[in-house]
Amino acid sequence: MSTLPPVISFRDVCYAYPEAEDYALEGITFEVPACGTEIILGGSGSGKSTILKLILGLIKPESGTVEVDGADIGKMGEDELMTVRAKMGMVFQEGALFDSLTVAENVGFRLRDKEQVSDEEFAERVRPLLGFVELDEFYDRMPSELSGGQRRRVAVARAMAHRPELILYDEATTGLDPITASTICNLMVKLRDLEGVSTVLVTHQLRDAFQIAQEFVFMRDGQITYNRIDDLNVLDGVEFMVLNEGRAVFRGRQKELWETDNPYVRRFLS
Amino acid sequence: MEAVVNGVSERLKRTILNIQEFTMLSYRGFVNLLTPPRYWQDTFDMMDVIGVGSLTIVCLTGLFTGMVLTVQSSATLDAFGARPYVGRMVSLSMIRELGPVLTSLMVAGRVGSGMAAELGSMVVTQQIDAMRALGTDPIRKLVTPRLVAGVVMIPILTILSDAVGMLGGFLVARFTLRLATQFYWHSAMDAIQMEDMIMGLVKPVVFGYLVVAVGCHLGLSTRGGTRGVGVSTTRSVVIASVLILASDYFLNLLILHFVYP
Repeated sequence: MSTLPPVISFRDVCYAYPEAEDYALEGITFEVPACGTEIILGGSGSGKSTILKLILGLIKPESGTVEVDGADIGKMGEDELMTVRAKMGMVFQEGALFDSLTVAENVGFRLRDKEQVSDEEFAERVRPLLGFVELDEFYDRMPSELSGGQRRRVAVARAMAHRPELILYDEATTGLDPITASTICNLMVKLRDLEGVSTVLVTHQLRDAFQIAQEFVFMRDGQITYNRIDDLNVLDGVEFMVLNEGRAVFRGRQKELWETDNPYVRRFLS
Repeated sequence: MEAVVNGVSERLKRTILNIQEFTMLSYRGFVNLLTPPRYWQDTFDMMDVIGVGSLTIVCLTGLFTGMVLTVQSSATLDAFGARPYVGRMVSLSMIRELGPVLTSLMVAGRVGSGMAAELGSMVVTQQIDAMRALGTDPIRKLVTPRLVAGVVMIPILTILSDAVGMLGGFLVARFTLRLATQFYWHSAMDAIQMEDMIMGLVKPVVFGYLVVAVGCHLGLSTRGGTRGVGVSTTRSVVIASVLILASDYFLNLLILHFVYP
């Protein structure tokens, strides 16, 4: 387990959406260490995406604290949050690409907006990002011309464009065929292992969650090599959390997940 | 009875909350101009959408309004033997009232609804959240350029509409009513005073702000998927139109009181 301070820290966080009678999240506590992976599982409406919105500061907790790199984001104004968000990337459920911009403009949105780079530098920095997600030839295409999987890959490239320390994935593989979903998972693993990016993944796709937990990637002779740990006893750095109706009913490693006797988790895994 | 009271109180609370959000959005939209980053390219793009995009519809509206005004008023003026004054009637009506109001109503239907639909779609497809996640303030990037473009372009469109309306009036006066060209234009131009121009330019500035602010507010507060986008679009046209007509009355009172001698 990493000895570095946590990138994200939730302490007894509660949140209810306006006009909702029940809490969307209740008493959530967890930490994500630097370069760690947190996989949040749960059914629809269990509060998974709400956790990501809280991390980004898009909503504020009603009680408890949410810290990113030691800073309490619940107490920050929108301007301060922009600085914190610069350390994060987010991949939304359907990609959330800007319809009116090309693929390249989407990927380089932050470069144009925050760094005002020249056209040459823009292309120099965006092309490798599109190469990373293997969509070089889609540079000038519009999002409407892309398939669902391609949109998610562009969203991954956009999220990594400013070299974030942390990437949040909101159901990034939901609704995709198994092969495309596996490609997206490979990208997540590649980013985590080769770029040292901490990962928070929200999903209800068990197959993808376990792929990210067990797969690892390294460079050998200039080639990217994928491998998989099948012995759950040695699997390290990946924590699972299972949510049910806004409460965390399980938190631990994959091996403990399989061994838990919590009835909801058992039903979820079956 | 209790249910009715609760319902009314809930509705009242929601209305007050909406007014508060609308005011905050307007305030932040304009205050953003004081500090960088300022999105001038987006502002010019929106000026193109609002100004150039609405040119045809605004000119047609002005033309036919001027023509109808001439036909209608000539009958009344003839009864007093005052047909040569038809130009005066058309120019003052267009500049003080019909130009600003009709231009703004047309832009509300064409552009305000489009803004509500565009921003509403961006909300339901999480593009607004994505923008915030990428460290960009959506109000600064999307609302401020639209507000500036609306406040600048609607007065310009109004001036064009006034001019085309007077031209339409002239065409009818010259070729249907057989009025001499110099009679029409002399009467039309002599009637216009500085106070009329102030009234004719202050109104579209306020209306421009209302059309854009309502469209942006309803777009950004869209809830409930694609159905919500439709609701926001329709409401933006209805609310902006009512606000234009209501504020027109109060602006008339204010300007008549403070500007006219």
